[in-house]
Amino acid sequence: MKSTTRRDFLKLMGLSGAACLASAAPLRASTGPAADSDTAIAMLYDATRCVGCKACMAACKRVNMEQNNLSYERLATDADQLWDAPRDLSGSTRTVIKLYKESDTRFSYVKHSCMHCTKPGCVSACPVKAMTKDPVTGVVAYDKNRCIGCRYCQVACPYNIPRFQWDKAIPQIVKCDFCKETNLKQKGCPACSETCPAGAIAFGKRKELLAEAHDLIKANPDRYVPKVYGEKEVGGANHLYLAAFPFKKLGLPELKEESPAAFSEHIQHTIYKGFAAPVALYGALCVVAMKNKKAQEKLGHGEDD
Amino acid sequence: MGSHHDEYQVQPGKIFTKPFFVLLALVVVGFALIAYRFFAGVGAVTGLSDGYPWGIWIAYDVATGTAFACGGYALALLIYIMNRWKYHPLIRSALLTSVFGYCLAGFSVMVDLGRYWNAYSFFLPTRWQPNSIMFEVALCVMTYSMVLIIEFLPAVLYTLEQSQWRWVRESAHWLYPRLLPDREALHSGLTVVSKVAGHVQVRLDKVLIFFIVLGITLPSMHQSSLGSMMIVAGEKLNPLWQTGFLPLLFLINCVFIGYATVMFESIVSSYSFKRPYEVHEISGIARIVPMVAGLWMAVRFGDLVWRHQIPAIFAFDMNSCFFLLEVLLIGGGAFMLLSKKNRLSPRMLFVSGAILMLGGGLFRFNVYLIGFNPGAGWSYFPSFAEFMITVGIVALEILGYLVLVKIFPVMPNPKKHFEEAEEETELVGDAVPARMFAGK
Repeated sequence: MKSTTRRDFLKLMGLSGAACLASAAPLRASTGPAADSDTAIAMLYDATRCVGCKACMAACKRVNMEQNNLSYERLATDADQLWDAPRDLSGSTRTVIKLYKESDTRFSYVKHSCMHCTKPGCVSACPVKAMTKDPVTGVVAYDKNRCIGCRYCQVACPYNIPRFQWDKAIPQIVKCDFCKETNLKQKGCPACSETCPAGAIAFGKRKELLAEAHDLIKANPDRYVPKVYGEKEVGGANHLYLAAFPFKKLGLPELKEESPAAFSEHIQHTIYKGFAAPVALYGALCVVAMKNKKAQEKLGHGEDD
Repeated sequence: MGSHHDEYQVQPGKIFTKPFFVLLALVVVGFALIAYRFFAGVGAVTGLSDGYPWGIWIAYDVATGTAFACGGYALALLIYIMNRWKYHPLIRSALLTSVFGYCLAGFSVMVDLGRYWNAYSFFLPTRWQPNSIMFEVALCVMTYSMVLIIEFLPAVLYTLEQSQWRWVRESAHWLYPRLLPDREALHSGLTVVSKVAGHVQVRLDKVLIFFIVLGITLPSMHQSSLGSMMIVAGEKLNPLWQTGFLPLLFLINCVFIGYATVMFESIVSSYSFKRPYEVHEISGIARIVPMVAGLWMAVRFGDLVWRHQIPAIFAFDMNSCFFLLEVLLIGGGAFMLLSKKNRLSPRMLFVSGAILMLGGGLFRFNVYLIGFNPGAGWSYFPSFAEFMITVGIVALEILGYLVLVKIFPVMPNPKKHFEEAEEETELVGDAVPARMFAGK
């Protein structure tokens, strides 16, 4: 009786170990299209053209309000409570225009929204596939029906883009998804780029936009700093920037080219080896513990049996 | 039943003591605030923001609290793998601490989760995201919490089998015949429960070793992953802490914190329950701690040298100060235990255990909170309500421990293990403390 139980148990453990191995076999790193892929879509924001009218912000909120449960952010000082006046990205604001002022005559607007990284930290971090990167377009989108609200995506994002609805009992994460379910679906482009009256937001294939950005820098060396932001940051992004000021001054962080998400996944896969390592560890520890227990039982200090 | 049950005893004494009611009050306050959080949102009770999405609920309750709950893991490693069976009498109280530490860490996460009703996503394989470190930690911690409960089950089953059910019988007698018409049915029901408990106990004992080993494998996995968790934060985590060696550092760290907690908990419970100190066992464990902490120091400094971060240590800004504090506490606590005299003094064992818990915990706190900087314009300090919720949860841990040791055979039986101890070594200094507190 005793030996049967033990053997059955070992069999069961072996089987479940094998099952774990089998299920872990197709495990691959989470990646979307490569940065230079032909299908990846992108947005190119030219800060030197932006006039700061914030029409993009209004369009963004109007189009995505329902889907994202957004609300207007009134100012306490606004007696009529008429204006939507977000100060930053928030649980109600997916894109925001800010002003950087170097002097009274030299200034620049800057638009903040999701960078749609080639190797996104949020997608790598999310435990339940609520953040996903489209394998064709490269759009990083959020599914609130899967999200558990752990906010690991916020910890993982080097740009602090995903925002959480802190004041709601039923909150969600809010971030730009290139209007994937709204304007992009209906009209083929995000609401901000459709609305922009100054032509500051170009939308199209990443490859073409990147080439266009480099051409612009080459043609107007006085107008732009010689760098396309988003080309290489943490492995590249699908949101590109051109500006007249160093990007750090515009609130865009200086980042290395290596993606921490890729590094994190590399370490985890090295340790776990497709779950073979934990199973092997368990097996080895079982052998040692059984041997020790048997020896102990012989001494009469037996735990049981 | 097996011979090992006389290794443990039920702590005699009343359950409803003064500390019980003080702790209960804290628990009530904490849980009232938790209820408020579910109506008003996470922001209403915390100081969290989009820059600092994780506060003390994650940094303390989960990242640090589960390390304090590693006593069961560290002891099992020593007993079953290193073959040191003389520590076996300590395992149940360590396990009980681990059960509470882990289950309440899980509970804290449920309070912290914004969309907690979607947590079932973890049980749908189609939603599994195996690249996510949190996915690994979550599944592993949930499984380990169950394993811990199974490991503790023998104490519960033993009590169910032996119980005279006096409390139940008395209340049944009081209710009879107004609400409970059939006293005999209850009586036979209780007999069946005792019988089943005895039956299950025998079966469980046969396979328990496989759960014990699972209880060693799982913490090795998720404690290292708790370190990996912050690698994805990249440059938001200060270079003093951001390293590919985080998983290894967290793993070693939880082992010496586990031993430190066993020391601390043993001395504190001996003191407050007025039991003889378990100096013999504790000093043996204390001898291992400097080795583990030394290994941790070697990895920590080796990594800093390799990444050319030594100058950052002496910058004396906030990060460098917290780094120095962390290293001094761990180094100091471990250094104290190098001396044999200290290892045989309950007072020094208590102090060094507390220092090591503090230092080891601070390392984790630094990684999750103090070294984390999302950029200019963000700041975090826990709100009063947030703090009281954590206090309430910690109070519940202590409360549960106090109650359960008086119901189940958890504490080492001093008669048995002291007899064995005297055979081996003579005790030194203030090692026979029962007299010390006899007057109180």
